[in-house]
Amino acid sequence: MPSLSAPNGQHKRWVRLSHWIIAMSFVALVFSGYEMLMTHPRLYWGEVGNDLTPALLELPVSRNYRHGGWTQRESFFDRPGSPISAGRTYDIFNQNGWGRSLHFLAGWFLFITGAVYLLAGAFTGHFRKRLLPRRDEFTWRSFLRDVGDHLRMQIPKGGGPYGLLQKCTYVTIVFFLLPLMVVTGVTMSPAVTAAYPFLLKIFGGVQSARTIHFFAFVALVLFLVVHVVMVIRSGFRQQMRGMTLGK
Amino acid sequence: MKQQRLITRRRAIIAGLTSLSGMLLPACSQPLPPTYGNILRMGDVFTYKAHRALLPGQSLVKEYAYGDISSFPATGTIDPSVHSEAYGPFLKNGFGDWRLSVEGRVARPGMYSLADLQKFPMRKQITRHLCEEGWSAIAEWTGVPLSLVLQHAGILPTARFVNFVAYDGYRESIDLLDAFHPQTLLAYGMNGRDLSIPHGAPVRARVETQVGYKSIKFIESVVVSDDFIDNGDIGWAWYVGI
Repeated sequence: MPSLSAPNGQHKRWVRLSHWIIAMSFVALVFSGYEMLMTHPRLYWGEVGNDLTPALLELPVSRNYRHGGWTQRESFFDRPGSPISAGRTYDIFNQNGWGRSLHFLAGWFLFITGAVYLLAGAFTGHFRKRLLPRRDEFTWRSFLRDVGDHLRMQIPKGGGPYGLLQKCTYVTIVFFLLPLMVVTGVTMSPAVTAAYPFLLKIFGGVQSARTIHFFAFVALVLFLVVHVVMVIRSGFRQQMRGMTLGK
Repeated sequence: MKQQRLITRRRAIIAGLTSLSGMLLPACSQPLPPTYGNILRMGDVFTYKAHRALLPGQSLVKEYAYGDISSFPATGTIDPSVHSEAYGPFLKNGFGDWRLSVEGRVARPGMYSLADLQKFPMRKQITRHLCEEGWSAIAEWTGVPLSLVLQHAGILPTARFVNFVAYDGYRESIDLLDAFHPQTLLAYGMNGRDLSIPHGAPVRARVETQVGYKSIKFIESVVVSDDFIDNGDIGWAWYVGI
């Protein structure tokens, strides 16, 4: 059997390798990303958002949540409703020194491996043969039936071709959520948006990109949880052997 | 047929890795921040190299309208007289006897008063400050482009880095691409007024292509150097264009 068209249910070497590099990068990104969220647990919309402007959402995830410790507020302009300034006197939680560097290091691993995976998936026919639902396969009826089966925890044993819901989920992760993560991520980079200002236009500002980045992170973590549960329910030993040894 | 396709894939991976190492190779001959054998610092250097290789260097950051000016927290040091005895006396006469020292690899090292800096062609820009913590704010900055001061002092052709020393003991440095960026300022005004003390009086840097902490406040001196001046691993990335 040629290695590029392994039988359904067997994972090719490049799929297994990229799966684990991306999985490890993802764990490092979640860990460091959560640390950064703890440093400033407020989300906003638009270009501007800070402790002196209203938040869209405040998350009680660190001692920085609604922290006090500000000097007297001073107005920038002599008019009512003027933007203000205040000096921070509170010693905030901030581990972004390693947090940011780890995030971008892991980001490079995810980005480069992801790019290789996308190219390989397109050129080897992996996406067409294994990941994308066949034209005659997708109907709302069978999709909903598959969702219902999963909700009743009727999970087929692993080893066969991907199920319909499984395919749709992987397609969403691979072609939508992870690319969205990368694009909203680099939209927070001042050097990148100087070069490509359209990124700010797409998301409506750096804080909007940060907020979308957060919600995509929530979706991806939910995926990870469900994914691990499914691996366990569909035969943990066999699935792990499949994704490591390829048998 | 299948053999051929197998080799094609392998070739693609080898070609990809080769070009990747090609990006890292120039690191041997160029002055770069040290990595201290720390994998996080290696990642930082990779990001720096990648940005310099892939992004057009002198693209301007977005500038905003006057009405976009927002509230702006002052963080980090908000009172440098705690750290420096030299700073306090400047407050008595409105920084009248403050001098900016421009030194190092320049033909004409010198001391610039606030009035000297204000005689240079002025630049006003309304830009977004993005803090590494995650927050952002928009303000109007008034100042002199750093490039004009460097040229006035006669920056030498071997120069590669511009280092800042601040009254609160903080140090920063940027490469010449950022130092000569048209929006990189020695700023003395904010939102139409003199720079306030919490925001970096009398003069702070504005490095708009990087996150907030490169825009060092309370500048005491500007030191031009040929090599990267290593102040030790402070645990934070040197390049933060991301």
